Amino acid sequence: MTESIATPLQSTVDPVVELRGITVEFPGVRALDDVDFRLFPGEVHALIGENGAGKSTLIKALTGVCDIDAGEIYLNQAPVRFASPKAAQAAGISTVYQEVNLCPNLTVAENILLGREPRRFGAIDGRAMRERARTVLERMGLAIDPGSALGDYPIAVQHLVAIARAVEIESRVLILDEPTSSLDASEVAELFRIIRVLRNQGTAILFVSHFLEQVYEISDRMTVLRNGRRVGEYLPGDLSRVELVSAMLGRELRVLEEIERVAATGGDAAGRVPVIRVDGLGRTGAIEPVDLEIHEGEVVGLAGLLGSGRTELARLLFGADHSSSGEIRVDGRVVHLHNPRAAIAVGIAFCSEDRKGEGLIADLSIRDNLILAMQASRGWPRPIPRRVKDELVQRYIRALDIRPANPDTLVRNLSGGNQQKVVLARWLIVEPRLLILDEPTRGIDIGAKAQIQKLVTDLATDGLAVVFISAELEEVLRISDRVVVLRDRRKIAELRSADTDVDAVMSLIARGHGAPEQREAV
Amino acid sequence: MISPLSRQLVSRARESRLTWPLLALLALLVANVIATPTFFNVRFQNGHLYGSLIDILKNGAPTLLIALGMTLVIATRGIDLSVGAVVAIAGAVACSSIATADDPSSPAAALVGMALALGLCAVLGLWNGFLVAVLGIQPIIATLVLMTAGRGIAMLITDGQIITVNNDSYARVGAGFWLLPVAILISMSVFVVVGLVTRRTALGMLIESVGINPEASRLAGVRSRTIIWTVYVFAAVCAGIAGLMISSNVRAADANNAGLWIEMDAILAVVIGGTSLAGGRYSLTGTLIGALIIQTLTTTVYTAGVAPEVTLVFKAVVVIAVCLLQSAKARAALGRLSRRSRSRPAAVTSRPAACARPGRDGAAERPEDPTAVPTQKASHS
Amino acid sequence: MTTLTPTGSPRAARAAARGRALVPPRLLPVIATFALFLLTFGTGAIRYDGFASGQVVANLFIDNAFLIVLAVGMTFVILTGGIDLSVGAMLALSTMVAASALQAGWPAPLVIAAVLLMGSVFGLLMGAVIHHFEIQPFIVTLAGMFLARGLCFVISVESISIRDATFRSIATSVIELPGGITITYGVLVALAVVAVAAYVLHLTRFGRTVYAIGGSESSARLMGLSVGWVKVGVYAVNGFCSALAGLLFSFYMLSGYGLHAVGMELDAIAAVVIGGTLLAGGVGYVFGSLVGVLLLGTIHTMISFEGTLSSWWTKIVIGVLLLVFIVMQRMILGRQT
Repeated sequence: MTESIATPLQSTVDPVVELRGITVEFPGVRALDDVDFRLFPGEVHALIGENGAGKSTLIKALTGVCDIDAGEIYLNQAPVRFASPKAAQAAGISTVYQEVNLCPNLTVAENILLGREPRRFGAIDGRAMRERARTVLERMGLAIDPGSALGDYPIAVQHLVAIARAVEIESRVLILDEPTSSLDASEVAELFRIIRVLRNQGTAILFVSHFLEQVYEISDRMTVLRNGRRVGEYLPGDLSRVELVSAMLGRELRVLEEIERVAATGGDAAGRVPVIRVDGLGRTGAIEPVDLEIHEGEVVGLAGLLGSGRTELARLLFGADHSSSGEIRVDGRVVHLHNPRAAIAVGIAFCSEDRKGEGLIADLSIRDNLILAMQASRGWPRPIPRRVKDELVQRYIRALDIRPANPDTLVRNLSGGNQQKVVLARWLIVEPRLLILDEPTRGIDIGAKAQIQKLVTDLATDGLAVVFISAELEEVLRISDRVVVLRDRRKIAELRSADTDVDAVMSLIARGHGAPEQREAV
Repeated sequence: MISPLSRQLVSRARESRLTWPLLALLALLVANVIATPTFFNVRFQNGHLYGSLIDILKNGAPTLLIALGMTLVIATRGIDLSVGAVVAIAGAVACSSIATADDPSSPAAALVGMALALGLCAVLGLWNGFLVAVLGIQPIIATLVLMTAGRGIAMLITDGQIITVNNDSYARVGAGFWLLPVAILISMSVFVVVGLVTRRTALGMLIESVGINPEASRLAGVRSRTIIWTVYVFAAVCAGIAGLMISSNVRAADANNAGLWIEMDAILAVVIGGTSLAGGRYSLTGTLIGALIIQTLTTTVYTAGVAPEVTLVFKAVVVIAVCLLQSAKARAALGRLSRRSRSRPAAVTSRPAACARPGRDGAAERPEDPTAVPTQKASHS
Repeated sequence: MTTLTPTGSPRAARAAARGRALVPPRLLPVIATFALFLLTFGTGAIRYDGFASGQVVANLFIDNAFLIVLAVGMTFVILTGGIDLSVGAMLALSTMVAASALQAGWPAPLVIAAVLLMGSVFGLLMGAVIHHFEIQPFIVTLAGMFLARGLCFVISVESISIRDATFRSIATSVIELPGGITITYGVLVALAVVAVAAYVLHLTRFGRTVYAIGGSESSARLMGLSVGWVKVGVYAVNGFCSALAGLLFSFYMLSGYGLHAVGMELDAIAAVVIGGTLLAGGVGYVFGSLVGVLLLGTIHTMISFEGTLSSWWTKIVIGVLLLVFIVMQRMILGRQT
């Protein structure tokens, strides 16, 4: 059942939660400025905005994580003020954060009921706990063993358990903060099914996301924030995508002009030696043997669901993991990539999808992060001379529009988009032949996203070979010359972007097991 | 009226992690001078310099050496609890070798003994580094192995006896003079050399990088494994030199007592000096100050006539005080900049870092950096 | 209805495979410890006459009762991801305070209560500093260790013997078990502590919060658990246990001395680690720590039975054992960040 409960903007039902005139200030910045917001029962209300627009702050203000400087919060028309997440939870408002905030070492049942365990004679009643957990899981249509450890399940399932916890508390309000960031399409569908079940049962759901398609699919109402202010409250049917993005950015959409990728001259490529060529490259348990060739100036996209082996293949290309089979040739010569150093030495660079965990050195400055790869390849006894360093750093900060431009700023204080640019610049400085980008635009505001996409296409035009991985198929198809489709850790197809579209790729990925391998001539 | 320059100096001093340790050291020195007006006197006699300050530097040399090695280890997010055992082993090896040499009083015997000792220490460092860098075992437990087994090994080497040696060249290491006590010269040279090597080359930055995020460093092409391995070897060699100093000072090797608890003193020195146990940014100068504080403290207690065992109480107080100041300083700064005044300065029921600044990708922010603020407005204008 | 089994990631697949092999991976280190204990004891029984007697087992408990209590307290702290280096010093301070108070004429029950209170408050203070000022547990408890030891010597540099009648009678009483085996009251206390600790950790909210904090402190906080209270509480519990261990030790040695239990905190940590508790927290059982202590005790016993081996071999063997266990933990449970 996908029809939303149609509620006109002026609802006859009272909102379960209402925020009026909320202002939250931090040193030097007003994160929320006189914001109104309302949540109705039995509705999915999407909260949209760029990074820094105030979405997270709004949630924190509502759930007692942050203090409010002005304004009122009303719960069922009564004014409230929450001093802590515990208080908000007790009042029936539960939050499921982007990072699963559960304890993987405990069982599913314990995670669902932690803090509210059923007791018998003063001791925790394990059986009753598992029963209650089983009940709520069944209510949501999930068959997970409540007695098993949470950490044994993939993140998508852990997310659903986090929601089960909120359901068990019988929250009137469920806040989902970027719940789909680490989910693939089938998991998102599952999540949406559960959201609809809860919505139909009368829960008010606040859905924060930057995936506009998903927002249109699931929400009954949308609120757009920009620079800490509320731009407006809309019904999905009343607002086109263009208008939505316009409301988010506050300016014309020149920024999001279509970045057309001029198809690589396929004919020329035939005679040239590829920058990199892999034959039967694979790793047991991670990816089946893959053949692949990439030429100078080409952008090759890797498309597939989470777990299809995209990142695993990228890491093999970079020597970040050891391969169990296959051969890699760079410029026609066989190379053995035992570790990233070996790959860097032959001109391969890699931007990990986990920008914070595997990319940035948080407590070091922009300058140190930028020259890290270059310094590492020179070896520690040969420091880069100060003047050269400063000049390089300034050049790349300007070229990529990294803000703030002060090279001594610690990268932990930058926004996601700027952090991604720093990592990208680090690799550009070493002038690689092949640049592998794993989800470079994930979790970034639209402005920075467009900048990075344009940068990639410009670099390719200048001769850089690029491997581009993204969960957003449109992005992959728009930017790449060729798309390699992966499914279940196997390469199943290789297509020219110009010859295919999102639907075709999706159906390739969605075909059941046992489908014959498809290979179309490039 | 305070001039802008001095205001700038004051604010820079307030933010520097060296300020509080330096003030603590000064306070200790002043207390000593008040108690013993001749405290700062240095006299020249028999071609050597003598004085309380010299004694402090000399007696603190082993701790300083170990603390220097410990600083780099801690910077890589590690710790080395085995250095005390290494001290014992170094003395044991050197003395056994000298005692069983053809001519136990010759310089050659001393050199051979010391070389063997340091060589073995390097091997022990390789062992620790192997456990941590290759096997990926947590440093505290990896070095606990050698800490536990090490003294047993030392006792094995000395066969449970205290080995005495009568070798002038050997004794010179711990008790000799070259205008200043040789011990001071050795420890300060190591300090200078390590400082130059880590800061003039890129080694310091790479060490910090590995400590802050080992995986990201590895993916950026940094030789994480080699760097981690190296710092453990360095720490062990420093401990070895310290062990030679200690043993040569008494011309004997006491496997049971040599270097007992010195690892704790070293860790304290590093922490007092401002390097965080969590790894990353480090300060060798801070460690030097920390080691001086500990040694001055010991001397102060001694001259005050208090039982030496009671030094422990003072050490505890100093450590807690400095740590509190370093952390309370952070707290006070937060309290000043944040408009929210909490009645209980330290009590927070939720993620404090989350409230310091609007979250960007959930990154924890520090309010001291105002340069990040204008970004928001600028990118949307 | 969607059937969700643990699939979708290599780690989960491995876990599922192991699950089919009947034992959850978290229990493996404890089982391995127990197996090793039986193996070691069995080796001793074969090698030495009189080793395989009930009294030898009883002596294991008698001689290590205080270490058992210490290890149980340490388990609480390590489960939350912390560490406490002050336990040995606290034990010594307890013996010192007890001895000097008894010498000053305090009645035994009052002394016992005062010592236990002192330990708990000491632990509470350390926990409060750790939590509220966010200073690393290693440093705070190291300072605590120095402070406690120093206070021992402030009370007296020499040892004080305990002549109090109550203490002496407790120390010398034995309980007869079937088979002519005798144990002391200390053993009963130690076993009771283990039982109570197991109950608390597995059947109370406090205990589950301990595990939750070890699994993910930030998550526990966001789930609305009283993280602050529990974090401070485990140090108070550990302080209590150290003080109790000190009392048991003073029954054992009938003296108070500042040099008692030097380095015993490391024995406690070793026992806990060998017993299967992860230093990072979140995984572990007090039963494992008990077995860890017994294993260490067995090694001591074997070496004394051997006669010819010098006592420093004990250190080496324990070091090797520690190594074996941590490598095993590493391999079984994968990379710990």
